Amino acid sequence: MTENRSSSAGKRVGLFPTCLVDLFRPSVGFATVKLLEDAGYSVDVPDGQTCCGQPAYNNGDDERARGLARQVIEAYRGYDYVVVPSGSCGGTIITHYSEMFRNDREWQDAAMELAGRTWELTRFLREVAQVESLQANYTGKVTYHDSCSGLRELNIREQPRQLLTGVTGLELREMADTDVCCGFGGTFCVKYPEISERMVSNKVENIRQTGADTLLAGDLGCLMNMAGRLQREGVPVKAYHVAEILAGIDDTPAIGEGETR
Amino acid sequence: MKSTAHAFKANANRALKDDQLQQALAKAKDGFVLKRAKAFEHYPEFERLREHGKRIKDHTLAHLDHYLERFEEQVKARGGHVHWAETEQEAREIIVGICRKHKARSVTKGKTMAGEEVSLNEAIEEAGIEAVETDLGEYIIQLAKEPPSHIIAPAVHKTRQQISELFDTHHHKGALKAKLREVPELVNEARGVLRSKFLASDVGITGANFLVAETGSMFLVTNEGNGDLTHTLPPVHIAIAGIEKLVPRMEDASALLRLLARSATGQDASCYTTMVTGPKREGDPDGPEEFHIVLLDNGRTRMLGNQFREMLRCIRCGACMNHCPVYSAIGGHAYGWVYPGPMGSVLTPMFVGLDGTKDLPNACTLNGRCQSVCPVKIPLPSLLRDLRQQQFEAGLVGKSTRWGLGIWGFFARRPGLYHWASGLGMRLLGRLGRRRGRFSSLPMAGAWTGSRDFPAPQGKTFHQLWKQRKESGQ
Ligand code: SF4
Repeated sequence: MTENRSSSAGKRVGLFPTCLVDLFRPSVGFATVKLLEDAGYSVDVPDGQTCCGQPAYNNGDDERARGLARQVIEAYRGYDYVVVPSGSCGGTIITHYSEMFRNDREWQDAAMELAGRTWELTRFLREVAQVESLQANYTGKVTYHDSCSGLRELNIREQPRQLLTGVTGLELREMADTDVCCGFGGTFCVKYPEISERMVSNKVENIRQTGADTLLAGDLGCLMNMAGRLQREGVPVKAYHVAEILAGIDDTPAIGEGETR
Repeated sequence: MKSTAHAFKANANRALKDDQLQQALAKAKDGFVLKRAKAFEHYPEFERLREHGKRIKDHTLAHLDHYLERFEEQVKARGGHVHWAETEQEAREIIVGICRKHKARSVTKGKTMAGEEVSLNEAIEEAGIEAVETDLGEYIIQLAKEPPSHIIAPAVHKTRQQISELFDTHHHKGALKAKLREVPELVNEARGVLRSKFLASDVGITGANFLVAETGSMFLVTNEGNGDLTHTLPPVHIAIAGIEKLVPRMEDASALLRLLARSATGQDASCYTTMVTGPKREGDPDGPEEFHIVLLDNGRTRMLGNQFREMLRCIRCGACMNHCPVYSAIGGHAYGWVYPGPMGSVLTPMFVGLDGTKDLPNACTLNGRCQSVCPVKIPLPSLLRDLRQQQFEAGLVGKSTRWGLGIWGFFARRPGLYHWASGLGMRLLGRLGRRRGRFSSLPMAGAWTGSRDFPAPQGKTFHQLWKQRKESGQ
């Protein structure tokens, strides 16, 4: 819970849950909703959207990507802010939509207008909602992976760490090469599985070296990749989206963990 | 150089299983990254200088015709010869022609990537002339009959053990059996062999790091001094350089030199930075009698007219590959042509063609670390994405990707249908995986589950749950 701020009163946030959260881990979406509501915003999720279009864009299918971008732009008209619990999808909306429409002034304007209102979750909490302290508990030694798009397209680095300092019982242990890609890369990980395996194995080794029992990140794709490899190698580290820990809903099984542990 | 980029996947998978290579790569990566980071820690102007470097290059490229003419005039005015090579073949013919004219029997070479680009060694040897690489790394791979695997450290893929063995075979005719030597011993041994080659050389061939339009000078940067022995000792010096190496003025070259050394090896300046302006003049104690510069186009002017012009800013520092997690996993040979890593994945399709290089732009997670270290701010990920788009438009994308995108796109553009169908699918998958929470194999997902478990979905989708929450009026 956070103190209510007058600046947030009555402001409407359109949550963009991302397709991976929608399909695989709704708890990340609800953690995000909780964080935003605690900060005093009213949250809504429009029906008319599915995915930001990144899979098409990164595979060179610009036409299809633009179709999805238009769908997102339409669906999120009118919200004061759009918040995304992912640096990767956030980066697509914030930095790439306007590139996609470089030959279409009208849509490019709309894309830029949306980009101006769109925020990655942790950055939104720090820089717009100005959340200073959260009241969450998590007992564990945690290491945080910087997902590439968030880090390099949106400058997300300090924000999640600052927020995590407010979680009682949590000890942060930085890993080596925390800014190096985990090997997910969207369709990369299935197109080049052997290279991806080497990259994620390096990451797992760095995680293991910290002695942490929990891995956090701000992007579900990277987390599914790293959790999957940690489990395959039998490394007992739990993986959560950072929003879940900040919102204090760690009673949900960690990524890839079943009901019976 | 003949490209094997079409076999990227096979190349990469072989590299991943090569233990010696993996050892060499692991060692090299940390060295380069740490040294560069240290150099910039002590250099707060770095960010400003990067922007400055970018501007210098952008300006030059926008007026390249002007500066090239200027450069030609200046070289001629100082008694040098300028040759224009539009293609690889022309470059080879020009250079072999000069060597023949001087009845050269032995040629020494400083490291030149443009030379690799046009397969210069092969051409020289075919003409019955001995070509000796004098850069240690380049010398090692010449003995091993391999192409370079890195643009500034061509033999970075070799371990000390492998180099000792190579030297045993070539220097001692195998009389020494795999004597593992320390690095200084190896260097001294090569130096001894190369010394006599330098003295016997008829023509010295080097690359150039920068060409200065204002004075007709070229800059040559090395850490071993071999470049200087190559161009000062023989009577003829031939330099080969891409036309993008041009800069307007001396101070531009000096700004870029500051970026180059720090980005490449973390040095404030390379050990030897030499400026060459024409042949030996009256009263000069040494230097070549003749100076030739071969300006290589080989597809570069084609890039000037589109977004790939940005790639021509490249000063060949190698930082992008040193920081690329894909390059660190597979090494340079997997990329199959002269230029590896992120810069190569852009350049090779430009030079060799989209068709034989399909994997290169795709074998990248677009993580952006390369762009963040590039001293001239080349947006490598965007250029790679642009190449993917060109592949898509040219119909070069495989059926499975095309179909996959088609089916996914059909649903993704119909949110109602998408939410309904994904709701069913996830419920099924969630139920199957609920107890264990993950799958170690799944039909059609072998590429994922071959090396990692696949997390099961929680069951209901976010949209279903959100709808429930709204309907229950919470
Ligand atoms: S692309 Fe940039 S980082 Fe890579 S070699 Fe060229 S200048 Fe260096």
